[in-house]
Amino acid sequence: MSTQIRVLLAKVGLDGHDRGVKVVARTLRDAGMDVVYSGLHRTPEEVVTAAVQEDVDILGVSLLSGVQMTVFPKIFALLKEHKVEDMIVVAGGVMPDEDVIELKRMGVAEVLLQDTPPQHIIDTLTGLVKARGDR
Amino acid sequence: MSDTLSHARTDEIAQAVEDWERTEVAEFIARAPERKEQFYTLGDFPVKRTYTAADIADTPLEDIGLPGKYPFTRGPYPTMYRGRNWTMRQIAGFGTGEDTNKRFKFLIEQGQTGISTDFDMPTLMGYDSDHPMSDGEVGREGVAIDTLADMRALLDGIDLEKISVSLTINPTAWILLAMYIALCEERGYDLNKVSGTVQADILKEYMAQKEYIFPIAPSVRIVRDIISHSTRTMKRYNPINISGYHISEAGSSPLHEAAFTLANLIVYVEEVLKTGVEVDDFAPRLAFFFVCQADFFEEIAKFRALRRCYAKIMKERFGAKKPESMRLRFHCQTAAASLTKPQYMVNVMRTTTQALAAVLGGAQSLHTNGYDEAFAIPTEHAMQLALRTQQVIADETGVTQVVDPLGGSYFVESLTNDYEKKIFEILDEVEERGGAIKLIEEGWFQKHIADFAYETALRKQSGEKPVIGVNRYVMDESHVKIEVHPYDETTAKRQIDRTRSVRAGRDEARVQALLDELVAVARDESANVMPVTIQLVKEGATMGDIVEKLKTIWGVYRETPVF
Repeated sequence: MSTQIRVLLAKVGLDGHDRGVKVVARTLRDAGMDVVYSGLHRTPEEVVTAAVQEDVDILGVSLLSGVQMTVFPKIFALLKEHKVEDMIVVAGGVMPDEDVIELKRMGVAEVLLQDTPPQHIIDTLTGLVKARGDR
Repeated sequence: MSDTLSHARTDEIAQAVEDWERTEVAEFIARAPERKEQFYTLGDFPVKRTYTAADIADTPLEDIGLPGKYPFTRGPYPTMYRGRNWTMRQIAGFGTGEDTNKRFKFLIEQGQTGISTDFDMPTLMGYDSDHPMSDGEVGREGVAIDTLADMRALLDGIDLEKISVSLTINPTAWILLAMYIALCEERGYDLNKVSGTVQADILKEYMAQKEYIFPIAPSVRIVRDIISHSTRTMKRYNPINISGYHISEAGSSPLHEAAFTLANLIVYVEEVLKTGVEVDDFAPRLAFFFVCQADFFEEIAKFRALRRCYAKIMKERFGAKKPESMRLRFHCQTAAASLTKPQYMVNVMRTTTQALAAVLGGAQSLHTNGYDEAFAIPTEHAMQLALRTQQVIADETGVTQVVDPLGGSYFVESLTNDYEKKIFEILDEVEERGGAIKLIEEGWFQKHIADFAYETALRKQSGEKPVIGVNRYVMDESHVKIEVHPYDETTAKRQIDRTRSVRAGRDEARVQALLDELVAVARDESANVMPVTIQLVKEGATMGDIVEKLKTIWGVYRETPVF
């Protein structure tokens, strides 16, 4: 069984800020992970469908438009519909502290805000997959 | 050397520098080494220990020149801030038209001299507030505008002949401009007295900000139509704000920001020239927008070089004759990407030094960022302090008394020369590779931007690029509280109610007939989309009506991402 970590990075909604997500994509690719980037302006449905089809370990959603509290509940509802329970969902971008707390309560495994050092992102994701254990 | 500066010979100066390096410098370094072998600007230009007249000895006198005179290196106007200060233009936008109108009035009361409008994502992307794609986004990061009724609310009680309004919008710029024109006509203004700016720079959207709807060709044609219509009917209006800001924020180096912006300029000028007008008929109304990053002298040199490059391009490449066609005017914003969440009040200091560089670089208009922008859109208090920052620079520091006070600085002039040279090298490369549009389609600019963004992330991680509070002087801030701009949950409902009432109250047959006319105009390459759009918004068409109709003939753009 391959131990390569599979990641889908996604941009959801109308937000066009893709600087961060592309830095993360390259960071994870250089760290040896199998990275798919959705491109811009995706719907939660498209993203979850792709994540399920690709059978990724981690779904990373980048948002800098403030709509995290609209988008993540939709994503979790869709994952539930697809009966996916062990996918690690990570948020990235600019969001206030209250939202970070709320997102974690909702099931987001980690929120990586701007200026998170690349190595920290690699370590965090690797650690999350390890903690989850083999599927 | 006992000579005066004007008699000094370059070779003697160079010799003196060499002697100094060998003696004083060498001895000093032996005792106290420098921090690094080689120093670089933030944009990767190597800088020397110091600069002398020898470094700029080959500069043609005319290239430095005088303010208000070709090639405008030292400023677009002869008196600059001695006549009047730059326009203090804080951007604002959230909620509905009424909500943002209150913020505008607050800022004007606080001494702001221009208005700039941030729109919400649905407005920027051409969706009405009740479209499913707008869910959660209505009025969140900017103001929601669907119809002329919203524009009325936005600018209520603001004299548009006295205060200039900037509309920061791109793929849907022409619709917003149509609403603005319709409002001015309603109020009985003389359109030739109305000043202001619409951003309408679509090419940098494909490169960097990624707010686009249609494919590139029809999008550029719309920009052409905006410029042609505006220069004919609104003499004081800036129909485009060719922007480097977003290229920089997307991660590019300052050099690429400058060069890519001018590459886009060339496309727009060529497109408008194809309609058969003279360059001097519209070039005086072209305006620019750049970031002011953290590297103080580099940014000043960048602005000076940009003015010089622009003047040369307009004169030599496009044969402009009027000086007004060759002088680059720009709005400037401090760098949002340089702001940090940790120790957020430090952002005030970052913004202050960036704003000072913008002023020393000769900006015509300036937005200073709020300290809280790494959290959310700024609060009233953050905007007030940001405006006060500009007022301190304007009224207390004395830097406004002398035009281009850094002109003649060996270092600044040398770096200005370096920038000019590199900008033209990149423009030549763009030309050789087939032009800006082809390279956007190939992801060439996008790759350069992503590469520098990645390098910057690694440099922050290693500490090579110091960021106070992030990789230096880090503090535990788990208990820090900050008041952020609240999102009013009633926004979407209030907004959607108005849009629906406009739809319900309009002459539907008339709107549909005009939408069909719009399609006919859009299909005719030689026609201009502005007049029919102005009619449409007057009749109560929504932005979504117009955009969706055009999607049926033009389709939408989807990029292949590169990273």
